Amino acid sequence: MKTAAVNKNVRSRRSLSRNDRFTLSAFVGIPTLLQVVFLWGPTLITIALSFTYWNGINVGDIKWAGLANYKNIFFGSPVFYDALKNNVVWLLWFTFIATPLGILLAYQFDRKIKGHQIYETIFYMPVVLSLAIIGIIWNFMLQPGGFVQGVMGRDIGNALSIWGNYSINSYVIMAIASWRHIGYIMLLYLAGLKAFDSSLREASAIDGATEWQTFRKIIFPTMRPVNVIILVITIIDSLRAFDLVYIIYGTSTAWPLLNILAFQNFAGQGISMKGAAYSVIALVLCVVPILVYLRIVFKEDLE
Amino acid sequence: MSTTIVRNKDYKNKQKVKDNFISAIIGFFAFVWIFPILWTLWTSLRPYNDIISYGVFSWPRHLNLDNYFQAFRVMGLTKYFLNTLYVMVPSVILILFLGSLIAFVVSRYSFRFNLTLLLFFTAGNMLPTIATYIPVFWLYIKIGDLFGNRSLLYNNYFGIILIHVAFQVGFATFVLSSYMKTVPKEISESAILDGCSVFRHYWDVMLPLLRPPLAALGVLMSCWIYNDFFWALILMSEDSKRPVTSALRQLQGQYITDFNLLAAGASIVAAPTIILFLVLRKQFVSGLTLGSTKG
Repeated sequence: MKTAAVNKNVRSRRSLSRNDRFTLSAFVGIPTLLQVVFLWGPTLITIALSFTYWNGINVGDIKWAGLANYKNIFFGSPVFYDALKNNVVWLLWFTFIATPLGILLAYQFDRKIKGHQIYETIFYMPVVLSLAIIGIIWNFMLQPGGFVQGVMGRDIGNALSIWGNYSINSYVIMAIASWRHIGYIMLLYLAGLKAFDSSLREASAIDGATEWQTFRKIIFPTMRPVNVIILVITIIDSLRAFDLVYIIYGTSTAWPLLNILAFQNFAGQGISMKGAAYSVIALVLCVVPILVYLRIVFKEDLE
Repeated sequence: MSTTIVRNKDYKNKQKVKDNFISAIIGFFAFVWIFPILWTLWTSLRPYNDIISYGVFSWPRHLNLDNYFQAFRVMGLTKYFLNTLYVMVPSVILILFLGSLIAFVVSRYSFRFNLTLLLFFTAGNMLPTIATYIPVFWLYIKIGDLFGNRSLLYNNYFGIILIHVAFQVGFATFVLSSYMKTVPKEISESAILDGCSVFRHYWDVMLPLLRPPLAALGVLMSCWIYNDFFWALILMSEDSKRPVTSALRQLQGQYITDFNLLAAGASIVAAPTIILFLVLRKQFVSGLTLGSTKG
């Protein structure tokens, strides 16, 4: 059986005319070239540059630095540990609060509770907004004279500094990030639940299980592949976090993240390859989750 | 028998009460969720002077669309919307086209490097953007200098289109190839037996079958590229050539004091994606979910 299939493949490959071979090479070659030149190539070059000193202008000025950039980051830049801490806070918040909330919403909507269609639309709405708009919307809410300050009874004169206060801004940033993330996870999980066999659920209802028991003991364990994918997506998103904080603080390091520090060293005052080292650290942290993701989604092909 | 039915009914009633309670709680949060958007809309309908003289929570004395007309006139939004189209339309077409090419080859012809190719494209989509920034920036300027025109890629729509295509084609490849696996192989086999060339096999046989995922991806990609402000902000040095979301980011600094005008601007810029989502929700959802939760 297997040899027959192999033979067939060999035959079909041999039967390709020269024209067809050319078409196939073009089909594969053009997109691959684009990926190599603008994506993989630059990423590899950034990795190489992280071991050098360079001002980003003339290639001739590149000087070998060995591990100096990394040493500088690990031993001479306390801000690196602040960024790492913020990335970890982001990761933990998303993993243990935002993502489970999204899953819980998806579960309730899948049961078609009253108003689920309107709710779904509302919860997903922030996901389709540009971060540039999200920045403006939340500024309205939080700025002096804005809604939140008004509710707290603070007028423009004695407004609370929200962006400048470390114990407050972490919560605010997590809240805004969750405002997008929860809807996204909700939608992904809902699609997974659609494929779930509803007879299992009915059976457990007849057995007298409560909805919570049904979810915990039957649905959640059966959804394992989807759960893992969603967890991995959450981790990768947390490690790549950048846009939202960039919209709020620009390249300042008021609330640093690994990618913010990388960008600050690239585009702030004076280009330095310390930025390359920062982005390599962020990249390395992403490698394992990306590999896990690939392993899951291409499971059949890999076997 | 009758007792189980009674118990079942009892259970159902209890569950119904609980469900109403759950629905009410979620309803409350849904209101909290949409409130910032509603508040922005509300602010955009009021003149700035009203708020200055009577406060944020004052009862509205004037409600009108003046801020909207003003936003179009003062901010020049029409020009920026056109810029967005120049970037978005070619990018989406190229992403779908190139993605479908790879997906087609990988799922219909067996070569040794098929899986490698698929992994390579899918992983590419997940790389952190920032890691490519310095080499891409440098490359754009050098390629421009090579052809004697520094703004061949840098500060040019073409450059932004290229970077969007490079980043998103992996996602399109992944979604389309997983869809193609569900298309019966027999269709391709008979096409090959009939002596179809590779190109006709792709163009006349496979492409029409790919319409549903292409539509879904098209909607999703349009939304993503419309919303991206980052690449245009750093690869476009001329403000007047920026797409609308990047422009809005700049205008935020200029009009920070007149936040009613800014609210109108933000509402106008948000409208296309929100309308697209409300009208084509099914496409949105299937585009996203085909790509990430095949499992």
